[in-house]
Amino acid sequence: MTTINPMPARFKAGDRVKVRKTYPPGHVRTPYYCRGRTGTVERLCGAFPNPEELAYNRPGLPAQPLYRVLFNCRELWADYQERADDVVEIEIYQHWLEPA
Amino acid sequence: MNDRLNDGGQPEEDTRGYYKRMQSAVEELLILKGVFTREDVDRTVAEIEARDYRRGAVVVARAWVDAAYRARLLQNGRAACEELGLKVGPLHLIVVENTDSVHNVIVCTLCSCYPRMLLGLPPEWYKSGEYRSRVVREPRKVLEEFGTTLPVDVRIRVHDSSADMRYLVLPMRPAGTEGWSEERLAEVVTRDCLVGTALPKAA
Repeated sequence: MTTINPMPARFKAGDRVKVRKTYPPGHVRTPYYCRGRTGTVERLCGAFPNPEELAYNRPGLPAQPLYRVLFNCRELWADYQERADDVVEIEIYQHWLEPA
Repeated sequence: MNDRLNDGGQPEEDTRGYYKRMQSAVEELLILKGVFTREDVDRTVAEIEARDYRRGAVVVARAWVDAAYRARLLQNGRAACEELGLKVGPLHLIVVENTDSVHNVIVCTLCSCYPRMLLGLPPEWYKSGEYRSRVVREPRKVLEEFGTTLPVDVRIRVHDSSADMRYLVLPMRPAGTEGWSEERLAEVVTRDCLVGTALPKAA
């Protein structure tokens, strides 16, 4: 893991964040089903070279902070049938997140 | 490439799929260029095949008998595995604990990310489009199909292993295992318990 001069972290655990609703081509690690959805930062995992760059043999620097973002299932799926307090926690890089 | 020729000297039709042929070609080129040797490939494949979920079962059994170890495991998964002498490489391991009120289940909706250094190769169902698309949408229904029924007051946390972290479920120690040795406890921890699609049973 390269952590030399990573991008500074913009968010902390407990912050509300919204995933950017955009559909670029390439090796994107942000699942479609959470784009445009709002969740809560569960933790900052550290900073990692951007896989969208690594996939094309580029250095992926500066390293991007990576978060685990917690989404209520009913936020992800309007017709979710199971318990109202079920959650999905997804790893999302900072450049995909904006304050909510 | 004589092994691709039949007795009559005619090339046999290559029935391997595109990606298998691509893999063989790249492998042969890398060996010819001296990037690695045939022995390196064989040794690495043997190492991959030698790893299986029992490494994870040993970690869980220790956490069940040693509360201080359990706390360290939840704090820093990789360091706690290394404490038991397990070589896990650059694994960023997050251990998620089942309780009376929360059940955890792991998926990689994008591909098949899995804590291979700890559990070995993922099973076919873990890589299937059906599991990957459904467990985030109707987790209880999927667990029922695995034969796992959760109490109605238990909520579910699904962990989508979408980037650099890998996950291990720490299941609850089943009733009826009081006084068991670590070795015996490890035997009730199946692969699926460590992914969260099954629960350990004492029977």
